[in-house]
Order: sequence, then C-alpha cells, then structure tokens
Amino acid sequence: MKGVLAVLEYRVHDGRPDWNRISWEALAAGRELATHIGEPLLAAVAGGSPAVPAAELAEKKLARVYAVEHELLRSYTADGVTVALEQLVHSIQPSYVVFPHTYQVRDFAPKLAARFEQTLIADVVGMHFDGPRPVFVRQLLQGKLNADYRHSGEGACFFSTQAGAFRPETIAEGSCEVEVFRPQLHASEIRSEPGERFRLAEQTVDLSSAPLIVSVGRGIKEKDNLPIVEELAAAMGAELAASRPICDNGWLPMERQVGSSGQSVSPKVYIAVGISGAIQHLVGMKGSKSVVAINKDENAPIFEVADYGIVGDLFEVVPALTAAVRKARGA
Amino acid sequence: MKIIVAVKQVPVRDSLIQIDSTGKWLQEQDLSFEINEPDAYALEAALLLKEKHGGEVVVLCAGPDRAGPAIRETLAKGADRAIHIQSDDLVSLDTLGVARLLSAAIAGEKADLILTGLQSDDLGQGQTGVVMAELLGIPHATIVMEIEARDGAIRVKRELEDGWFQWVEMPLPALVTIQSGISKLRYATLMGIKKAKTKEVRRLDAKQLAAPAGAAVSLNRVYLPHKKKETRIIGGTPAEAAAKLADVLKFEVRVL
Repeated sequence: MKGVLAVLEYRVHDGRPDWNRISWEALAAGRELATHIGEPLLAAVAGGSPAVPAAELAEKKLARVYAVEHELLRSYTADGVTVALEQLVHSIQPSYVVFPHTYQVRDFAPKLAARFEQTLIADVVGMHFDGPRPVFVRQLLQGKLNADYRHSGEGACFFSTQAGAFRPETIAEGSCEVEVFRPQLHASEIRSEPGERFRLAEQTVDLSSAPLIVSVGRGIKEKDNLPIVEELAAAMGAELAASRPICDNGWLPMERQVGSSGQSVSPKVYIAVGISGAIQHLVGMKGSKSVVAINKDENAPIFEVADYGIVGDLFEVVPALTAAVRKARGA
Repeated sequence: MKIIVAVKQVPVRDSLIQIDSTGKWLQEQDLSFEINEPDAYALEAALLLKEKHGGEVVVLCAGPDRAGPAIRETLAKGADRAIHIQSDDLVSLDTLGVARLLSAAIAGEKADLILTGLQSDDLGQGQTGVVMAELLGIPHATIVMEIEARDGAIRVKRELEDGWFQWVEMPLPALVTIQSGISKLRYATLMGIKKAKTKEVRRLDAKQLAAPAGAAVSLNRVYLPHKKKETRIIGGTPAEAAAKLADVLKFEVRVL
C-alpha cells in the first residue's frame, strides 16, 4: 500500500482527547502532499485507549484512521511509541510519514526514522513541487536562511511540520473507517520510567490577555540595562515580557517568558526589543495584531513577522521612544 | 562516571551570512565559529556531574580543522580529553550519516552517559543525539534541564511544552540532550588553558570510521527567506524614528 500517513498527537485531559493543535497542521500538510502525488491520506493516533480521538479523526476526509492501541502506550515513552509505530509503518508501507513538530515528536520520531535507515526532515515550513517528489523547505541559522531538502531512494520519507506553517482549515469533513492496530509490545522493551507531568508554580502573570506587551531579548546585554525597557513598558501601560535567555539568566521571572516553552500571547501591539526572533520565540507571539521590532541587525528573523521596524541601537532608540510615548500620551 | 559530550562548532550568532558559489552552503571563510550553545551547556552539565561523582569527561566533535580551537576550549574548561572526527564534507551527510560517524568513534569507549545539546544553532534538526542513542542501543531523554545520577541509573527533568515538566528515570548507559540555559557556563581559567595544551586530542579520519552511505535526505539549496510580511522600516535618527513610531502607535494602531 502507498499513501501519506499522518501521525497525530493528543493527550487525555479530563477523559477527553486534548489535541496538540499542530496535529491538524501536520494533517493539512499530509493532505497537500497526498493530493499532489495522488495517494491516499491516512492518519494514526497511538495510546492506551485511542478510540475516541480516532473516532474524531474519522470525521475528516481521510482514506483510513489507525487507532494504535496498547496498555503500554498509556504513558508516553520513546521506546513504546517507536516500537508500536515501527510495526504500523511496516504494515502499511506508506510513501511518507508526517508528524507535528512537537516536543514529543522530537523525542521519538528521529529514532523511528533511523529504524528504517531514514533521516527525519524536521521542522518543515513549506513544500513545493517541481517533479514527482516534493521539495521540503526548512529554516537554518534560527530563521536567517531557508533551505530546500529532498528525499531520495527507496523507503518511506519521514518529516515533521513547524507550528503555524500549514493551515489546518484546509482539512475537509468526511467519514472513514477506523482500523484498530494492536502492536506487539513488551514491558521489557520500555527502558525509561516516566513520572507525572507537573508545572513548577502557578502562573501569576497572565500575559495571554495583555493588550500591550513590551518584550526584551538578548540585545539588552545585562540585567542592569533592564530599567530602560521597564520604563517603556510603564510609559505605555504595557506588560513586560522576555525571550527565553533573559528568563534563563534569572533577569526576569520564568512566568514572563514568551515562546514555545513559555506563554503564548496575542496583544494588540507587541514591541520586541533586542529579540532576534528564533522560531521558539515566534510561535509564542505570532498571534499579535501588530508587531514592532527594534533591533540592530536588519536581517534578524524578527523582521519577518514585524509590521513596523526600527533598525538601530536599542540603547538609543528605546529611551527616545519612552520619551516620545510620554509626550504622545500627554498631548 | 565516564561521560562523553558531543559538541559541534557553528557560526557565531549574529554572523553576517553570505551564501557560497554553489548555492548549497555558507561562505565559510568570512565566518567566525563557536561551540553550539546547547552543546556548551551539555559540557557544563558533564563537568558538574564529574565534580560530584568523579570520573572522566571526553569531548567528541566531528568537523574540519577549524573545529580545533573549539575542542581546545572544551579541554581548557575541564574536559579530560577529546576525539576529533576530521571531515571537510559533513554537509553532504544527513543526520543519520553524522550520527553513524559519532557512534562509530565512541563504540569502544563504553561510556556511562552521553550528553549533547538539544539541537544545533545552524541546521537545527535536533536529532543527532536521539539517532546516536538508537544506533548505540541505549535509552535517551531529550530537552533535559537537570540530571541526578545514582547507582547505575539517572533521573532527568525533561522540559515539555507550555511550562510543563516531567521527571524520567532510566538505566545507564543512556544519552541525554540538554536544554540551553540550565546553569551558568564556566569560563576557562588561565591554568585550564595551560593544561589544555597537554591534553590528548585523538584525531580520526571520517573516511576510515564508517563506510560512506548514500544520504537519503540531501540539502539542495540555501537562500534568503522570501518575506511574507511587509515591514515598514522607520528611519531617521533614534529620536526621529522614535517620534514617528509613537505617532504610528497613537494614530494608526491607536494604543496610546
């Protein structure tokens, strides 16, 4: 059998499947690819009891849904999921296997691909076609460059899609059959023992509802320089946020971090000060209505998502902006 | 505890990037290189574990001659010795090919723990460590913030999405990929730099290490991204640009 197999991710939350939203984007990428190569689109979910998420998937326009079911898949382990999906891929023999580029996929998909002597094409942002096989576009150097990748040879091609890169609304409704796939899996094959998921502390700062955010990155250089952005935030009546390195250094509390490991925000205005715009940060603020970037490097990826930009030294621009904002508000 | 740390040398952050004449890679002669940041944190984690439990830290690096100074830097910071897989042609390999080289080079080392950064700042595939673990037949954990070692096993704190974490236990030997920023990086001391000159760097030729297999995945072209969004760049002196931006915020975006 040929086809494009989309392996999707969910967690059980209060007895209901809680989908990782990039799952739908990976499915959309699978749809685009399947249409181009004229092969069926298949989807799979793996878990302890995947019947409910599989039934939800069966309401999409797919050729078939696989519910990969085993008691040992109830808690995620790279060993368990790899063994189970290895058997599924062997059984289906798809041409392509697509995953959402989640932290969990990053943990097991490279291992799964290696079992087929393949390399995962990770974090794909787009595809284009100039022949029978797609060209996969990835970002290099934290988004400064794009690169075209191709897969060749026999065997399945494995790839994962970046958050926000494919539009989930392209998936049509439909109805298809669910096939329960029970892998051969033994407790001795699972070498790691996962504990419960936990959060360090309840978040007391809710950036997700803030209308105005001033966010600071590595460009600020030292903790002692933070007052200049704090003053801008105060002048604007904005919440102060930061990119990961600032919080890692302990210069601002973790709860002010925006990005894939922090909060996702969607303010009216997001002012990015000295933030280069690594994808881990961009995924957390791409939903902002207007983005202003202040950065000395005109090629910084933050300008890819900025509506307004000032290319310059933040130590000169930010105090000037604070003064201008105070004046504009006073007027 | 014997710990191997796999490090990669990458272009310095904020480098000005030029594409080379083949259109397939960067013009390297104009670039400065540094240790990939997450790998620097992996080295730091290894040195902290050695301070606590004793043992040896061995640095593993694949790259051309220019990687030499990066390897010396790891030795100056406290690694005991290094293995340098020499290759001018790593770009033509896919991740599986690179992981095969790295795994072959340490097959005889019998390490208890292998550490590496969660991803490289240049290619960013984030999978070399995971694939090495698969090739070596050992368990792994990714995006790790803390490691506790005891009696032939480790307990690691994994970062998950949206501020969630999880502790995972696994037996040694194991491979762990390290998140950036988990501790403060040490500087090399003057004494460390002196000592590094006498430490062993074993050089292996990539061609003799593993048979070059045909890469299933190839990089065909690099190029500047096509801008999807029109950015209005506000020019002038800092004061002029700031005043214009304040006007935009007040009259166009209407938030002041």
